[in-house]
Amino acid sequence: MAVTVQTPPAVTSAGGARKRRAPTVLGVGTSLIYLSLIVLIPLAAVVWRSAEEGPRYFFDAVTTPDAWAALKLTIVASVWVALINLVLGTLIAWVLVRDDFPGKSIVDMLIDLPFALPTIVAGLVLLALYGPNSPVHVDLAYGRAGVVVALLFVTLPFVVRTVQPVLLELDREMEQAAASLGASPFVIFRRIILPNLVPAMVSGTALAFTRSIAEFGSTVLISGNLPFKTQVAAVYIFGQIESDNTTGAAAVATVLLAVALAVLVMLDLVQRWGWPPWLSAV
Amino acid sequence: MGVAAVAERGVTRYALRSVALAYLTVLLIVPVGLIVWRTFGAGLGPFWDALSAPSALHALRVTVVVAAWAVALNTVFGVGTAILLVRHDFPGRRLLNALVDLPMAVSPVVVGLALILVYGRFAPAGGWLEAIGIQVIFSVPGMVLATVFISLPLVVRAVAPVLEELGEEQEQAARTLGAGSWQTFRRITLPGIRWALGYGVVLCLARALGEYGAVAVVSGRLVDQTQTLTLFVEERFQNFDQPAAFAASTALALLAIVTLLLTKLLRSKDR
Repeated sequence: MAVTVQTPPAVTSAGGARKRRAPTVLGVGTSLIYLSLIVLIPLAAVVWRSAEEGPRYFFDAVTTPDAWAALKLTIVASVWVALINLVLGTLIAWVLVRDDFPGKSIVDMLIDLPFALPTIVAGLVLLALYGPNSPVHVDLAYGRAGVVVALLFVTLPFVVRTVQPVLLELDREMEQAAASLGASPFVIFRRIILPNLVPAMVSGTALAFTRSIAEFGSTVLISGNLPFKTQVAAVYIFGQIESDNTTGAAAVATVLLAVALAVLVMLDLVQRWGWPPWLSAV
Repeated sequence: MGVAAVAERGVTRYALRSVALAYLTVLLIVPVGLIVWRTFGAGLGPFWDALSAPSALHALRVTVVVAAWAVALNTVFGVGTAILLVRHDFPGRRLLNALVDLPMAVSPVVVGLALILVYGRFAPAGGWLEAIGIQVIFSVPGMVLATVFISLPLVVRAVAPVLEELGEEQEQAARTLGAGSWQTFRRITLPGIRWALGYGVVLCLARALGEYGAVAVVSGRLVDQTQTLTLFVEERFQNFDQPAAFAASTALALLAIVTLLLTKLLRSKDR
């Protein structure tokens, strides 16, 4: 998990390096063309289309009442989803590492199910239980609570799977030392365990947030797509594409891309340059 | 430690365990269990009938074709790019490394929109392709592109760490003994990464079979033409054909569980 791609140590002889130069150019070229044709050029086209008619048009397209409502709902719901994931994801990771009970390995495996399950199936599954025909008489369909539940479902693994490995490798001796010096479990958690977990918790939460603002399939059925009420940004974009307003769709899409990139760049910066004092001093 | 403290720790432990399990039960276990229960509630017959209806079979065929292309393309790209990132040094390596992860941050709907803007009939590239007889959007090539886009990082990210751990001493030894690049790759590198590659391919396949949003945009959702299994689920549900929607959902859910078991197996081979 913690393995990052690093340059291999410079053990290669000059001859070996020269030998491999040609395939590198060819390989890098092929790899870049593939990425460009499928990812980079199409994404640039989205940004280009959103800016084509000038900043005024872009601003108007993003602030039409329904587009603005969709963006606002997406961001607010995603912040809630990220925060719930932060708390419960960490808690679940804790239970999976430090607790032991029959069936734990099955529960551990189930955590990944939301990644493996198609999003539309996730939506249908939630609608079956929490929809109008709910066998437990909880009807969250066509409301914002339903949207949040769908987003919680698809983002479940992020915090759990980033915190879990860190918790597994955490040195227990520090905790034992603190306990022998009379620290209460709460103090041990706050002063010793939590500071070690914060980086993983924050990156898991950031990933859950970016996934949440992008989510489409799972919210389609349970939200009912009511503009101003339950329509999230991705569903709004889908509607605009269907009604041939690709410029409006591109404007909202650009906002989503910008927010996601901003979050990821910020995450990368804190991981490389360290945590701001207010975070590392928790 | 006093008796009271031990008791308190026990209480905390059970409280945390209860909260975690309750959350997972309400969010995950009961919903997925219910859909399986609903599908098989009336026995295997209706499940089988729903899945062997002509349009379900057609959707299955489209899904398999699109997923097979996407997995094949991403496997070749993934292994090649992982080798580039781990074994070679070149200007822009960090950038390429970051770009590989970009698709994870993009909404599936935006993926669809992006591809339409470049490969749609009225876009320059799409118009040119159409002139030489290749329709991309509302057809299989576009769906393959969309699926490739959303599953692009999976093989790279599965293979790269293992490649790193492997080191390149054996490869260098093979080269010193006169093996060509291809021979070195086939005899040394590939056996070393086979479980990681299997893991990446399974993840990629699962993602490809289950993609909904991006494919919904670029396929035009034409029943019996460009409808995949996930689109079939949505269309049947909207048309009040719940048994078919549930049956297809259960099939996809069972596939997801098989994926989980396979990835767990493949990961344990590498550890």
